[in-house]
Amino acid sequence: MSSHYCPHTPEEMREMLAVIGVQSVEELFAPIPAELRAKTFNLPPGMSEFETFAAMQGIAADNQRDLSLFIGGGFYDHLIPAVVDHLAGRAEFYTAYTPYQPECSQGTLQALFEYQSAICRLTGLDVSNASLYDGATALAEGAMMALRVTNRHRLLVDGCINPFARKVLRTYLANLDVEIVELAPLDGLLNREELAAELDDRTAAVLVQYPNMFGCVEDFSAVAQEIHAAGGLLVTAAYPVALGILKSPAEMGADIAVGDGQSLGNPLSFGGPSFGFIAARKAFIRNMPGRIVGETVDKNGKRGFVLTLQAREQHIKRHKATSNICSNQSLCALRGLIFLTAIGKTGLADLARLNRDKAEYAKSVLATVPGVTVLQTAPTFNEFTVSLPKPAAPVVAALLEKGIAAGVPLGQYYEGAESLLVVTVTEKRSKVEIDLLARMLEEALCN
Amino acid sequence: MQLIYEQSVPGRRGVMLPTSDVPLAPHLPVHLLRSEVAALPEVSELDMVRHFTNLSRRNFSVDTNFYPLGSCTMKYNAKVLENAANLFASLHPMTALLPGGSAVCQGALGMLYDLGQWLADVTGMDEVTTQPLAGAHGEMTGIMLIAAYHKAKGNRKKYVVVPDSSHGTNPASAAMVGYEIITIPTAPYGDMDLELYKQAMNNEVAAVMMTCPNTLGLFNPHIKEIADIAHSFDALMYYDGANLNAIMGKVRPGDVGFDVIHLNLHKTFGTPHGGGGPGAGPVGVKKGLAPFLPMPRIVLDEQSGDLLLELDNPATIGRTASFFGNFGVMVKAYAYMLMLGRAGLVQVSEQAVLNANYIKERLKPWYELPFDLTCMHECVFSASKQLAHGVHAIDIAKFLIDKGYHPPTVYFPLIVKEAIMIEPTETESKATLDAFIEVMIEAASLAESDPAAFADMPRTMPVTRLDETKAAREQQVCCSG
Repeated sequence: MSSHYCPHTPEEMREMLAVIGVQSVEELFAPIPAELRAKTFNLPPGMSEFETFAAMQGIAADNQRDLSLFIGGGFYDHLIPAVVDHLAGRAEFYTAYTPYQPECSQGTLQALFEYQSAICRLTGLDVSNASLYDGATALAEGAMMALRVTNRHRLLVDGCINPFARKVLRTYLANLDVEIVELAPLDGLLNREELAAELDDRTAAVLVQYPNMFGCVEDFSAVAQEIHAAGGLLVTAAYPVALGILKSPAEMGADIAVGDGQSLGNPLSFGGPSFGFIAARKAFIRNMPGRIVGETVDKNGKRGFVLTLQAREQHIKRHKATSNICSNQSLCALRGLIFLTAIGKTGLADLARLNRDKAEYAKSVLATVPGVTVLQTAPTFNEFTVSLPKPAAPVVAALLEKGIAAGVPLGQYYEGAESLLVVTVTEKRSKVEIDLLARMLEEALCN
Repeated sequence: MQLIYEQSVPGRRGVMLPTSDVPLAPHLPVHLLRSEVAALPEVSELDMVRHFTNLSRRNFSVDTNFYPLGSCTMKYNAKVLENAANLFASLHPMTALLPGGSAVCQGALGMLYDLGQWLADVTGMDEVTTQPLAGAHGEMTGIMLIAAYHKAKGNRKKYVVVPDSSHGTNPASAAMVGYEIITIPTAPYGDMDLELYKQAMNNEVAAVMMTCPNTLGLFNPHIKEIADIAHSFDALMYYDGANLNAIMGKVRPGDVGFDVIHLNLHKTFGTPHGGGGPGAGPVGVKKGLAPFLPMPRIVLDEQSGDLLLELDNPATIGRTASFFGNFGVMVKAYAYMLMLGRAGLVQVSEQAVLNANYIKERLKPWYELPFDLTCMHECVFSASKQLAHGVHAIDIAKFLIDKGYHPPTVYFPLIVKEAIMIEPTETESKATLDAFIEVMIEAASLAESDPAAFADMPRTMPVTRLDETKAAREQQVCCSG
């Protein structure tokens, strides 16, 4: 019987088997030695799409989905214009393959070229690839790119970078001959004295992030000058919505810029899929990881787009490739482009300011809660750190039971930070929610 | 077509933002601000809707065209899977990592746990991590696990062995983890040369990476022997799951000696390719490697039935991605497995293999078949007969585009000259296969009668053949302005 997505009727199967010259489908599996054949296979029996969807609704309902989210940590609860789902949801985009055959893939190729252009314009840098997996792996790829460019083996990593991203970086480099020096944060900022002491002519790159894990925004222009003087590179990780107003990586002197693109039109979706972006100075293009779309012309001189500089990639260079990446997060990058197009040039700056306004309001309200102090060492964007009069973890757990994800406690990620809480406020949080957060926090702290 | 940037008009707005309900904050210090606003498009919503809709129409896709793309398993992607993934859109991954957070994410954690159990069942493995974000990412994670295993045992290992027919990601992933590569040639019988393999093996080999069935679509009958030899040197067997669509319910990699496996959910388990991603590359391991799996690890508390998160342990390789993997892709794969069930997945593999053998038999008189054996889910031809008339595999590919077919994979595997690698998948009807076969025969006939006709194909697409040399030379990878 034909079933689900296997369309053959028994009659058709008989005809096909006759052409092949076998009696049964089972005969086609004869090359698999009998003693190797599967003995167990215990999946449940199948069901219709209707029963399947109902089961999925049940699973979805077993999560608390209406939390008031004041958490970030790399993923952010932003508005997504309706056009993003509708346009990226066109099957001609989402059921297409990697555009290796350019003539029948101009839609994907031009869209990725426009995406690369958007990333270049946001970061101020010259070249972008067609996406990486996520922000954390993009940081690791950016670091490895800096190691290749400089042919050095030492990295200075700001401890204010997102702890998951630092963990991924360490995991990627664990089996390679690379020295990673992590600089412990100083009041939520890069420890510049320690950086100066560690910086030498063996250092491939300094890795920093803005806004950082504490929410602080720093200008790394001076750091760029110092590392350049030592012959190394500056790699910055950045939150793309914040780049609507913040100094661009290029303006700070960054050589390589990376980040997570989730905030650009991709749903939270329990952590994925999102996309990682990477941009760099033009001189480094041959050291870029992953796919790159380039402009060219066809035989008639008409503009068209192709995957270019493929000699960097694994399907050509195998073990000598700049990275092993093959599939990237193309559709998520397309969502990023559609988001940036819908929000537009002035819209992104407005969106960034709206985020900051909400966060500054939340800061002012939380500062009035007895015992709570706001970390004031640097300006912030839409995240900031507060110090509570007691350990943050049980307070967060108590508020979670009341439907509020109040922030990310830092004790798990930094020594001696048990009382610190990072609060994130995007444009989606209303004044009412912010006021409620303050009230509930006050209540939780009294208990 | 114009670029979206070329349609910009200064001052034009797309989507309106909500009105603020809080006071304006004082400006940031000037030294932290960008000197000018990023030059993003300034277009109306209708402008952009037309632009991206028209762009989409310049693509082939599974929903519009047959895609017999070898090694890529371009099967139909069921629509209900997309609906299922949307149910989880608003779930923040940090929630699960907050104190008390796993309690409010039991559905999502349970789904990931069950998916891992099911994938372990299909592959004969003991435990699965869903963290890797794509197939190659899974390969790298798997090789890291192998490196951690050897390190823990005090083994000094230097090499990873791959056959020359392997996907390029295999040696590239092993190199990312610091290994040197030993490449074994393919024997005339279509599989890794067993004698050369035996000669190459030594105590410094960390792992042998195999695709089975291999990229010629052939099941390696010596696989058990290859695994036994590897294990005798304490080298582990790595299974590249790209071709799992051929063998579900028929043979389990874990039963034939593989220790580590990655799966491409966007191939075998019906999730869409998205024009190059997102995929998902879960990794399965045998018990002995489980302690090294990346964090966070989802653990079932047998007593309470609750799912908990293990955040760290001394043996773990660490973390290979920010959170729990490409969760949205996992939802689709889970729903796919739930819907098809045991019998459905077996039928998938049976019909995928039937379709490939049907095409192989029917095209055999027209195209050279370098390895004339019963194939699994894909078959590899060579355009060598056509080359005698000056027609290359790429020319046949472009001919197919004009006929409305996405071309098969060409020039891979590298070991077959002028390779044409066809993978029909199980979701295509006999009528579709027959029509494709007729067009392939037409191409073969045309190669004999009028080889010059191929030169300017394709003719029906928005562009003709593109100048790739110019693209590589000029490196125009973003638009100016």
